[in-house]
Amino acid sequence: MSRRVLAEPRIGRTALFALRAGVLIGLLAIWHLGGRFGFLDPFFFATPIDVIARTWHDLGTGDIYRHLWVTTIETLLAFAIGTAGGIAVGFWLGLAPLASLVLDPYIKAANALPRVVLAPIFALWLGLGIWSKVALGVSLVFFIVFFNVYQGIKEVSPVVLANARMLGASRRQQLTSVYLPSALSWVFSSLHTAVGFALVGAVVGEYLGSAAGLGYRIHQAEGVFDTVGVFSGMLILTIFVIAVDAIVSLIEARFLVWRPDAGGRPDAA
Amino acid sequence: MSGTPLAQPRVFARNTPDALTFDRVTSRFAARRRRDESYVALSDISLAVGDGEFVSVVGPTGCGKSTLLNLAAGLLRPTDGSISSFGVPLDGLNRKAGYLFQADALFPWSTALDNVTAGLRYRGTHPVEARDMAEDWLVRTGLKGFGGYYPHQMSGGMRKRVALAQTLILDPELVLMDEPFSALDVQTRQMMENELLELWATQRRSVLFITHDLEEAISLSDRVLLLSAGPASRVIGEYVIDLPRPRDVSEIRLTPAFLDLHRRIWNDLKAEVLKSYEQARLG
Ligand SMILES: Nc1ncnc2c1ncn2[C@@H]1O[C@H](COP(=O)(O)OP(=O)(O)OP(=O)(O)O)[C@@H](O)[C@H]1O
Ligand SMILES: [Mg+2]
Repeated sequence: MSRRVLAEPRIGRTALFALRAGVLIGLLAIWHLGGRFGFLDPFFFATPIDVIARTWHDLGTGDIYRHLWVTTIETLLAFAIGTAGGIAVGFWLGLAPLASLVLDPYIKAANALPRVVLAPIFALWLGLGIWSKVALGVSLVFFIVFFNVYQGIKEVSPVVLANARMLGASRRQQLTSVYLPSALSWVFSSLHTAVGFALVGAVVGEYLGSAAGLGYRIHQAEGVFDTVGVFSGMLILTIFVIAVDAIVSLIEARFLVWRPDAGGRPDAA
Repeated sequence: MSGTPLAQPRVFARNTPDALTFDRVTSRFAARRRRDESYVALSDISLAVGDGEFVSVVGPTGCGKSTLLNLAAGLLRPTDGSISSFGVPLDGLNRKAGYLFQADALFPWSTALDNVTAGLRYRGTHPVEARDMAEDWLVRTGLKGFGGYYPHQMSGGMRKRVALAQTLILDPELVLMDEPFSALDVQTRQMMENELLELWATQRRSVLFITHDLEEAISLSDRVLLLSAGPASRVIGEYVIDLPRPRDVSEIRLTPAFLDLHRRIWNDLKAEVLKSYEQARLG
C-alpha cells in the first residue's frame, strides 16, 4: 500500500468519479471520432462501438465463459503450485545457510532468464493443454514467492525469536509461530504481483499455442485480422484482471490487518 | 560495599538453592572486523539472586546489563565461568526464567490476547483455559478490552504491559526484566512499579531487574548491584535495601532512609557514569 506523501487533494467522491468517467469518455470519443474522420483506420484500430458491441455479444452468448474458465484454472494452478514451491524452497534455503550459499548463483541465473523463452520448451514437454501454461506461470510465480519467503525468514526479528524461545516454543513451534507468519507477511505483500504473473504465464502460454483460453482467442482473432476481436479480447482480459485484483485486495486486507501500514500508524512499532 | 567476591543474596529460606548464581562469569564478543580486538563486556562477575529475592542491577549505559540478562536467560553462553539456576548448571535456555526484553518483542502479527496466550499454547494448555487466563491477565495489567488490538495499534506503554502479561502468565520462578518501564512517563511508570510490587508480593518469585534509574532500583528492590562502566565491567557495589514493605514507590522516595541510600549509591554510580561518558566522548 502506498504511503501518502502528498496531501490528499480535496475532492468529493462523486466529483472524482465524474472526472474519471470523463477521462474514459474523452478517450473513447477521440477513438470514435478518429475512426469517423479517417485518421484512425478502423481496419487497424477498430471502433469503440464495434468493440463494445462485440464484447457485449460475446458475454451474452456464452462461448467466452469456456475460455475464461480455462484461463482461470491455469492461473489458479500456476499460482498455487508456484506459491507452494516458493514457500517450501524459500523456507528450506532460509533455514539452511550452507545450501543457500551453494545455490545462490544458480537461483540468480534462473531468475535472470526471461521466462517467456521457456514457453516453447514447456509446450514440447507438456503438450498444448493447460499444463504447459501452468508451467510457464509457475516459473514466474515461484521466484517472486521464493525471494519473498527467503527474505522473510532472513529478516525474522532476533528479539521476537528469542522471546518465543523464552516462552517455551519448540523448534517446530518457532517455525509455525515465528518464521511462517513472518514469511507469509512478505508473501502477502507480493500477492498482487504473484497473481499477476500467474495470469501473464497463462495468457502468454495460450497465445503461443493452445486450443482454449483468453490468450488463444486473441491469437485467433489476430490470425484473421479481426481487430475488433483482438480489442474485445483485451477488454475482457482487462475486466478479468481487475476482478482478480479486487479479490486479492480483499484477501490481503484480511491477512495483513496486523501491519502498521494497513492501520495507518506512521511511527512503526 | 561487600568485600567478598560473591555478592551474597539476602537469605529468605535457607534450604532452597539460589534462583540464580553467576560464578566468575566473563562474557566476550568476537571482533566485528578481523583487525579489531574482541570486546570483553563482562569480566569476572559473581553474583547471586536468592529464591524470592528482588535484585536490581544499575550501571551506566553500555556497561553490559542486557548482556548479563541474556546470560541469565541462557540465550548467551558465558565465555568463562559458570551460571546455575536453582542449583542446576545452565546448559542452553534457562527453562525456569521468564524474560521481559528491553526491545519490543511482541509478535506483531498477533493480537494482544494471542500474544499473552502464546506461552500457554506452546505448553499445550487448552485454548479455552488459556483464553480465560489471558483475559484475567489483561485485566490485571489494565488492558481490559484491548485483547483484540495488534501491537502497532497500541501505545508503547500498552505494549510493555502486554509483554509483562505475556511473561508473567507463565508464572516463571525467575523473572528477568530489562528496563521494562524506561519508555513510560513518570505517572504510568510509578503505577506499573506499584503493580509489579503487588504481583511480586503475592507470588514471591525471584526477580532480576535491570534499570539505569537508581530511584526505581531502590524503591523496588531488596538489593541493588552496581556495575562498573564497560569494557570488562564488574560488580563494584552491593547495597542492601532494608526499607519496609509493602512499599508505595512514590511515597517511599520521600523518606529519609530512601534519600540516604540514594545518596550513598549515587556517589558510587556517578563516578562510573562520568567514566562511561568520558570514554564515549573520547571515542
Ligand atoms: N552481539 C554483540 N556483539 C558485539 N558486541 C556486543 C553485542 N551485544 C552487546 N555488545 C556490546 O556489549 C556492551 C554491553 O552491551 P549491553 O547491551 O549489555 O549494554 P547495556 O548495559 O544493556 O546498555 P543499555 O543500558 O544502553 O541498554 C556494549 O558495548 C555492546 O556494544
Ligand atoms: Mg540494555
